[in-house]
Amino acid sequence: MIRLYVSSVIDASADSVWARIRDFNGLPNWHPAIADSRIENQEPADRVGCVRHFHTRDGGMIRERLLALSDYDYACTYEILESPMGVENYVATLKLTPVTDGDRCFAEWSVEFDCAEGRERELSDLIGQGVFQGGFDALKRAFARR
Amino acid sequence: MLQKVVRSTVIDAPIERVWAVLRDFNSHDQWHAVVDKSRIEGAAAPTQVGCVRSFTLKDGAFIREQLLTLDDREHRSTYCIVEATVPLQRYVATVTLKPVTDGRRTFWHWESTFATPPGQERELREMVARDVYEAGFENLRRHLRLGADLRVPGAAPMPTALPVPCRRVVVRSYGGPQALQAEAGEARPPGPGELRLRQRAAGVNFIDVYLRRGWIPAMLPLPGTPGVEGAGTVLDVGEGVTGFLPGDRVAWMGPEGGGYASVHTVSAERVVRLPAAVEDETAAALLLKGVTADYLLRDLGRVQPGARWLVHAAAGGVGLLLCAWARRLGARVVGTVSTEEKARLARAHGCEQVIVTPDYRFASTVRRHFGDGADVIVDGLGDAASAENFEALAPCGHWISLGQASGPLQPLDPNLLVSKSATFSRPVAFAYVATQDRLAERARRVWEALADGTLMVPPIERHALDAAARAHERLESRRTAGALVLVA
Repeated sequence: MIRLYVSSVIDASADSVWARIRDFNGLPNWHPAIADSRIENQEPADRVGCVRHFHTRDGGMIRERLLALSDYDYACTYEILESPMGVENYVATLKLTPVTDGDRCFAEWSVEFDCAEGRERELSDLIGQGVFQGGFDALKRAFARR
Repeated sequence: MLQKVVRSTVIDAPIERVWAVLRDFNSHDQWHAVVDKSRIEGAAAPTQVGCVRSFTLKDGAFIREQLLTLDDREHRSTYCIVEATVPLQRYVATVTLKPVTDGRRTFWHWESTFATPPGQERELREMVARDVYEAGFENLRRHLRLGADLRVPGAAPMPTALPVPCRRVVVRSYGGPQALQAEAGEARPPGPGELRLRQRAAGVNFIDVYLRRGWIPAMLPLPGTPGVEGAGTVLDVGEGVTGFLPGDRVAWMGPEGGGYASVHTVSAERVVRLPAAVEDETAAALLLKGVTADYLLRDLGRVQPGARWLVHAAAGGVGLLLCAWARRLGARVVGTVSTEEKARLARAHGCEQVIVTPDYRFASTVRRHFGDGADVIVDGLGDAASAENFEALAPCGHWISLGQASGPLQPLDPNLLVSKSATFSRPVAFAYVATQDRLAERARRVWEALADGTLMVPPIERHALDAAARAHERLESRRTAGALVLVA
């Protein structure tokens, strides 16, 4: 079992960052690695159990199921059903916490998954740096104070 | 009704350092200004769950608190008040730390629930939030800045007075590249207002060549170590330095020199923190050059959409940044380079027309391209190109002499300028970053321009610190493109 944890501080309130990332179908609106997204079976994107079906910019298709969504805790947990990455038992959580001094929030993205032996390092870099940190960097740019 | 107070902040220090202080249930009298005395009752260790601490506050109040949870894995501590002169009833508080992995900082969450006598809810909520939690954040920041967590309680101030062995490059007599000699040395401890950093990379600039040749002896008294910028990690800080902690990633630039070394002591005024995305070598290669491009465009050249810029050495460290940035700001840019290969590089960085001229002939092409000449010339060529530069200048143009690669400029006759109503400038980058705020502001713009794609990192040629002479040979050969760094 591999665990990754990436965290950052974003210069905007948890409410405004959450408004940006809450939409389970909205990855292409803020994550630079994601090209398109749809929710299967015309379900609403905030119905727990719904499945998002999206493509990365390099063409990979990924299906993920929403396992938990909390507007109270600013948190979202999901699992991968299908992906080209070669990961199993992949469950990730994206969570925001307000920082009370200053208009900013603490963002955490963590995951547990299994993979074939020898691929741990490559997948940790791809997911931790490419997906999680890449997403945070995009949010930091989007909310950067000019 | 139960009251709830939540306060949180971000501390500019790695979680290990913050937790080292907070996990000690008996540490508050060392860092929290409201606590006068703290002791653990009985013979318990302050890390023993169930132990009770006895506080006397500065205002005379008395509080006993019991440790309910201590979790080194989750960086969490929960405690409750068992007896107090303050009417906080059923008070249970939790401190939680989390690492900010992006930047080696710490998120600190402090919350509590409690009951109060009727009518005192608001007053006590504010007291806990402001006087205990928010003040605690500030007090701990100060405690860490002083390095106090790095020593055992009650010990003498942190010893920073020891020199640290290092490798450095020394010039003992002015001359050619061979005047640069690497040797073992010592980096002196940081004095008041200074910090000492372990350098991973030192930038190589043309000014280092001038200094080595002895053109500006005041900037490099002998024996001396050249080098006006570098990047690395803070080792220790001197008295009165705020905002930097050991372990912080930083870059510096300054006219005092000394940069060609593996450990360097420098005024904190010259230092900026590095964003996580900027590598040490990139920072060492680009800080001075980026800051130079920034003041040239914004302050001295006042770049406007449509302005016509002539950039010499357009494939050099400053040249590439200027081409890309000037174009993004709407200017038109013609560059000169000495080879076809450099021309390709300059074009890739946004230079719209590149003149390949090994012998400093460019004025007629510039005038053809721009009509009556360039509004701004950024000149690193010096004497051999001075007549051509004047010829290439548009009426009311601004000739900025940044360097003198071909030799020192001859004195300029003011009456020459009259014929074109021209301006001549001879700026020095350090004057544009005289305070830490100005340096930080310019550096921030450079890192942002890199992050948003306005600037590309130019090719960086790396040499070992011991091969500084070779790096200078390469720079003077005019065969390099982009930036050079020495890696320690």
